[in-house]
Amino acid sequence: MSATPATTHTAAARAAEEAALRKALAATPRPPRASALSSALTFGWRGMLKVKHVPEQLLDVTITPVMFVLMFTYLFGGAIAGSTAEYLDYILPGILVMSVLFTTVYSGVALNTDLTKGVVDRFRSLPTWRPAPLVGALLGDSVRYLVAGTVIVALGVVLGFRPDEGVPGVLAALGLTIVFAFALSWVFTTIGLLMRSPSAVMNAGFMGIFPLTFLSNVFVDPETLPSVLEAFVNVNPISFLADASRGLMQGGVERTDIAVVLGTAAVLTAVFAPLTTHLYRTRS
Amino acid sequence: MGSTSGQPPLAIEATGLVKSFGETRAVDGVDLSVRDGSVYGVLGPNGAGKTTTVRMLATLLHPDAGSARILGHDVVREADTVRGLVSLTGQLASVDEDLTGRENLILLGRLLGLRRAAARARAAELLEAFGIAEAGGRLVKHYSGGMRRRLDIAASIVVTPRLMFLDEPTTGLDPRSRNQVWDIIRALQAEGTTVLLCTQYLEEADQLAEGIAVIDHGKVIAEGTPAQLKASVGTGSLHVRLLDPDQRPNAERVLTRTLDSVHLESDPSALSASCADADRAAEAVAELARNGVAVAGFSLGQPSLDEVFLALTGHPAEEEQAEEALAATDGRAA
Ligand SMILES: Nc1ncnc2c1ncn2[C@@H]1O[C@H](COP(=O)(O)OP(=O)(O)OP(=O)(O)O)[C@@H](O)[C@H]1O
Ligand SMILES: [Mg+2]
Repeated sequence: MSATPATTHTAAARAAEEAALRKALAATPRPPRASALSSALTFGWRGMLKVKHVPEQLLDVTITPVMFVLMFTYLFGGAIAGSTAEYLDYILPGILVMSVLFTTVYSGVALNTDLTKGVVDRFRSLPTWRPAPLVGALLGDSVRYLVAGTVIVALGVVLGFRPDEGVPGVLAALGLTIVFAFALSWVFTTIGLLMRSPSAVMNAGFMGIFPLTFLSNVFVDPETLPSVLEAFVNVNPISFLADASRGLMQGGVERTDIAVVLGTAAVLTAVFAPLTTHLYRTRS
Repeated sequence: MGSTSGQPPLAIEATGLVKSFGETRAVDGVDLSVRDGSVYGVLGPNGAGKTTTVRMLATLLHPDAGSARILGHDVVREADTVRGLVSLTGQLASVDEDLTGRENLILLGRLLGLRRAAARARAAELLEAFGIAEAGGRLVKHYSGGMRRRLDIAASIVVTPRLMFLDEPTTGLDPRSRNQVWDIIRALQAEGTTVLLCTQYLEEADQLAEGIAVIDHGKVIAEGTPAQLKASVGTGSLHVRLLDPDQRPNAERVLTRTLDSVHLESDPSALSASCADADRAAEAVAELARNGVAVAGFSLGQPSLDEVFLALTGHPAEEEQAEEALAATDGRAA
């Protein structure tokens, strides 16, 4: 019935093509469902592939922290701590925290960008563990966190930063920061699902994360602040994270700092991970 | 409705589906029943509610009212089971543009439970079968529309689904790519997969589907086999172009004798008429020649979707055509 258009194919080639098509379409037995872990890791692999294809996207997570280190060390270092070397010791663990936490905003932006594409419909129609696309994306993002953190520490070392606790201390601080970043990024993925456009997510995200990091002890000793601000800085979980990071790198870490950081991370995850998953599944 | 016990369940059984977005009632009480193993067409213009219906059936949207079962499983209460039976090729390309074609297929294979080696092998097999093997290593954003569509369909059958949703798979494709997609759909059906095909083209539904539902403003306004639908609409049309526009009144007289509802087109040398089959068209063209009307060209068209809608929504196509004809004559007289 269909009027086959004249093609350059010979009848034989066409028959072969059709046979290949038939074979590929022949019903295959359905494999057992992928496990939760395996599907999350597969989505993580997807995140890595994106970085592999467009490595430039790592620029935003490297340039900003480099700028911060240079700016704060040389511009404000002398004024705030008396000497740049001393200030570097104080500020580098804090900037590590800040840079990694800033990167978490991009998790929300990336998710929102994803939602504008048809591929999310396919993911949502798959019989996989429900949070897999989200957990997987965050696993992929942890590569970015790692890159941001490594750049900071490397630059610090070049500028003369010599942490007392050496490599293990730095790794411990980086690890703790990434755990917290993981938890915090659930907040931004929630925002990513509630906002209409990637740039709106970016604005809302930085509107939240800027005051939160600047009103912490990342840059200054809270005792120099007016009392209202000091009170806020002292309960800000990011202050605890910065303290823990400093303690882990320079020695003398306090258990309460680590406990508060992990506790906050657990609460954030417990609240926002299910919320994000729900929003992802029900978003029309 | 309701499947009688003992009989195999329908692939799709939807009753009174409703979905609103704010003020818009995108889907307003849709009923569908689709036999397992068939290709079923959902035909409708932009904004009719096709995509919204499919998204409810594929468990992506919760219906506001009504219910639907896929192979006997409720799309809301047994959503997870349903997801294991269906696959969706969305209207927006539902592949990841930032990955390569091969990576897309491996990704889905892994998510559907294939082991690494099996996912790789399946990806290679599908790329080959769909004629995109050479482009397998390129990023999908650099694919042509036809390649993207084929990859999209390939992604839907990494693991063979029982039911496949295809939302406007050929919109925007050239005739060759469109034919390739049609071949794929025929092959899918031959292998036993049920296909729900959304389309804006009557011809496409006619070519592929054994049943068609026509929807408009969220409602099914007609349902039946392609033949039944076309019969209800009436006919296709014969378009004739004359060498000399001055002969048009003469041609109009001749055609009025042999065919129905002759219509003068805006092109002063063209006219058309309703015509059920090729034989009568040939007769009419021969009749023109016998009466000394020189014909530059002619073609026989199926009833267009416009005509189907006009017919089905109760505005008789003839009336409008007559008005248009009148307007055209007036225009020339002025
Ligand atoms: N997420 C949404 N939010 C608001 N309105 C929507 C949404 N999705 C669809 N609509 C509206 O619902 C109606 C039906 O849309 P739908 O996409 O189902 O139509 P369609 O038949 O698929 O059309 P097309 O041929 O253009 O794809 C339209 O008026 C559309 O604007
Ligand atoms: Mg649509």
